[in-house]
Amino acid sequence: MIMHSIRRLIKKKFKINYIFRQWEWILIILIIIVNAINAQISPYYLNAEGLLDATMVFLDKGFAVLAMAFVIILGDIDISVASIMALSSVVMAVAYSAGVSMVASILAGLLTGTLCGFFNGILISRFKELSSIIVTLSTMSIYRGIAYVILGDKSVGNFPSWFSYFAWGYIGKTHIPFILVVFIFCAIAFGILLHRTTFGRKVYATGNNFEASLYSGVPVEKIKMIVFTLMGLMSAVSAIFLTSRLGSSRPNIALGYELEIIAIVVLGGVSTRGGVWQNSWGKPFAFPDGFYKIWNGIKKYSRSSYDDYYWFAFDYSFNYPQHIEQNDKKEKRDK
Amino acid sequence: MEKISILRNMYLNLKISKFKGIGLVFFILLLSIIIGLRNPNYLTVGNIRDMLLDTTILAIMALGMMLVIVTRGIDLSVASVLALSGMLVGLFVEKYQWAPASVTIFIGLAIGSFCGAITGFIVAKGKVMPIIATLGMMNVYRGLTFVISGGRWVNAHQMPESFKQMTRTSIFGIDFLIFIAILVYIVFYYFIYYTRTGRQIYAVGSNPEAAHITGINIDYILQLVYTLMGSLSGLAGVLWVSRYASAQSDTAMGLEMSVIAACVLGGVKITGGSGEVYGVLLGSILIGIINNALPLVRISPFWKLALQGVIILVAVIINAIIQKKVER
Amino acid sequence: MKKTSSLMLALVIALSVASSGCGRTAQISEAKKAYTIGMIVKGLGNPFMEACGKGFEEALKEYGDRAIYQGPSIPTAEGQIEIIENFIAQKIDAIVITANDAQAVVPALKKAMDAGIKVISFDSSVAAEGRLVHVNQADAKLIGRLQIQAMAEMIDYKGEIAILSAGATMTNQNAWIKYMEEELRNKKYSGMKLVTVVYGDDLRDKSYNEAMGLFKAYPNLKGIIAPTAVGLAAAANAITDAGLIGKVKLTGLGLPSEMAQWIKNGACESMFLWNPVDLGYLAGQAAHSLVTGEITGKVGEKFIAGKLGEREIIKDPTGGVQIMLGFPFKFDKSNIDKWKDIY
Repeated sequence: MIMHSIRRLIKKKFKINYIFRQWEWILIILIIIVNAINAQISPYYLNAEGLLDATMVFLDKGFAVLAMAFVIILGDIDISVASIMALSSVVMAVAYSAGVSMVASILAGLLTGTLCGFFNGILISRFKELSSIIVTLSTMSIYRGIAYVILGDKSVGNFPSWFSYFAWGYIGKTHIPFILVVFIFCAIAFGILLHRTTFGRKVYATGNNFEASLYSGVPVEKIKMIVFTLMGLMSAVSAIFLTSRLGSSRPNIALGYELEIIAIVVLGGVSTRGGVWQNSWGKPFAFPDGFYKIWNGIKKYSRSSYDDYYWFAFDYSFNYPQHIEQNDKKEKRDK
Repeated sequence: MEKISILRNMYLNLKISKFKGIGLVFFILLLSIIIGLRNPNYLTVGNIRDMLLDTTILAIMALGMMLVIVTRGIDLSVASVLALSGMLVGLFVEKYQWAPASVTIFIGLAIGSFCGAITGFIVAKGKVMPIIATLGMMNVYRGLTFVISGGRWVNAHQMPESFKQMTRTSIFGIDFLIFIAILVYIVFYYFIYYTRTGRQIYAVGSNPEAAHITGINIDYILQLVYTLMGSLSGLAGVLWVSRYASAQSDTAMGLEMSVIAACVLGGVKITGGSGEVYGVLLGSILIGIINNALPLVRISPFWKLALQGVIILVAVIINAIIQKKVER
Repeated sequence: MKKTSSLMLALVIALSVASSGCGRTAQISEAKKAYTIGMIVKGLGNPFMEACGKGFEEALKEYGDRAIYQGPSIPTAEGQIEIIENFIAQKIDAIVITANDAQAVVPALKKAMDAGIKVISFDSSVAAEGRLVHVNQADAKLIGRLQIQAMAEMIDYKGEIAILSAGATMTNQNAWIKYMEEELRNKKYSGMKLVTVVYGDDLRDKSYNEAMGLFKAYPNLKGIIAPTAVGLAAAANAITDAGLIGKVKLTGLGLPSEMAQWIKNGACESMFLWNPVDLGYLAGQAAHSLVTGEITGKVGEKFIAGKLGEREIIKDPTGGVQIMLGFPFKFDKSNIDKWKDIY
């Protein structure tokens, strides 16, 4: 099995065209192109500080993205993520303003997120007739609704000053953002979880063929529960960074994040049909999207109008090489 | 042989789907009674008419979305197409005040079909995953709306009276909006259940490989489905602008979620291959009730969102339980 | 298939290059130093914001400065923060912002100020520590009071009224509603009762639905106050459609161009607004003066704001300092035709 895959890999490496057929490569090339263009447009773009700072802007979503990859690999979807973020953030802020210590408040936020995810997981694995899209569509309203019930039209802030370090701080005297380090750490952890543990393999198996996994003894329900709970937890982690970035919390934070998060995952190469068409390491899915955004912003900046963002959408939409997936299938069939 | 199996399928479809709607009908009645108890105004003819009027645009779009979802796709660009078609029609009637209102409907249909055809081309020929393709086109069409309008907006006083009155008149004693919706539903009902192409859409959705082998042109079906979706969105754009008497570039932001919700509530399976016309109708009506009745119930506005979610959740759970019982 | 993938890639690269090619247009070569000032609005496609942007660009044109008009596609603070970060990276000279959330943009704006960027808020203010000056359209208290007074006159000081607002977390609207409630406590309004505040989220269909819902939930409703442009137009449309013109009165804050139809047909007798073009213009003038160092943001400083004449920095009762634009203007049947084509 291993020998076979190695042989396959070597065989493939020698095909020059192969690099174009590997989605990661296309992403990397795109990032380089985008950065080159940015540098051309703006003299300020290509400095390390700017680029590192740029990562701070979009990485708060990154944590939820990592878990969303698991959910989508399962063939499910979770559109309640942004609402979980809002609720966790609100609970954290309200707890702190009620006199609980900041550390305990953060834990309360994480717990809230986990519970939300757990609730999603229960509903989805208990009622097999219900697809995850409809369950999370309703909990999307419920979680954010609860946040509104708790906080109404108010916003709560005044966190201790060290809390802002999460989203605004740098490591020591360097210019490396704290959030970037945490994200890389999480990305590696998730990569290992997905590719080097039995749990990860079971997630793949469930996503690729639910029935077969069920009959071969994979505890599919338990896997779903765990993945959705994990999704909740990671949403709460995202919420902490986002709250730190905003310096305050209110029920309508992270509005519309769910689509962005899902888009990043799908753009990162995870198929919404379940499974992945290219096995890869826990790649930083969030990067390409973020750089697109920055690029987009800078283009706007240089033209001082907003009319060009549909160009960006063009690249966005043309880029998903579904045909590669089909190629792979075809190859398998040929064998 | 093929004909027999199609007929058989049709029969089975109709039979099973009769059961499928029951849970939802039951829930809608239950919900109506609860709301009616809380505010007697709810169950008046006038209010039910208002509610139907508000639901028509959603119901029309949900029908197209159903076909897209049946082919295992999804279309996130519908609200943007609505906005684009609405804006173009708005600019058109502003410039050509004499244009008869009925012409605008065809303009809207044409613009929508064109947008849908592009999306369909990207999905069918470009083999781009629907979620990504339509997410991109969502931005493209919204961006185009900004560009074409130049950030402007068409106001009520700039539109001819005939255009604004269009959605406020009635045909054969039925309100224009409801009439259009009924018309669309009849046409689509016939198309989906009684034409070969209509049944092919389901075949493509339930088993693409088999469909391909039996000689169905999958690319054509996909292209068709997205074009139909686009034309319905374009139509909805005209109705929207006429009804709300304003064309802005941020028209109907986020409507795609309601449309998808209506479909999924109506029992359309996101995995493709299944979905019934009246399921979608019931789903749209339920969403319409939620949007329309919650303002009638005197509760704190901060509770509304949570309540909305709970209603949807309870609806799908009750539906699932009843369906299970009925099947047994 | 290989061909397709290469083709796709080529297409993408071509597109990217093509779009970047058009990115290099704005190059100003003047002897005088031209500043770059960015305006961040609540969201793109909002008529009121577009009008502000027009005035802003007009003001900067007078000095040959470069104006950037940007906003997130959905009106959120998160989207605005991304734009702020972008502006910081580009080292622009000043940011003029109307905040979607007074608190949430503060950390990002502080970072901008640390980087030497002058920050001004207009329309919806930023908390005092996140800005140098706020350009205030009109006194919030006055705005609240005017609407209540107008409504009281329409309904003869008695009956149930409701408020149809934008989002539940909007700083401006909430401040105005607070002052409206305060004004209502006044004895002469004892016959009036505020039954509810509903939120249309500045979405046309939702605002319309909420207005329709109000008529049915409160059959004795005499009037609606909508302190938001989208809400006011949607409410007027709803009143017309429900055949309640004259039975349910309407006032609020709206754009003349949007409201012309409804003021003429009587759905809305009168409404208020300040000139958004002037508001953007004043913000642009103030930003330029701050960048040149003509003003620094201290109480008592004066500067010439172009066609608007001399303006003075005064204390903001909610903290920090502000520049006042003027008073809200009343629009009704008599003057709507004059204004409907302007903004």
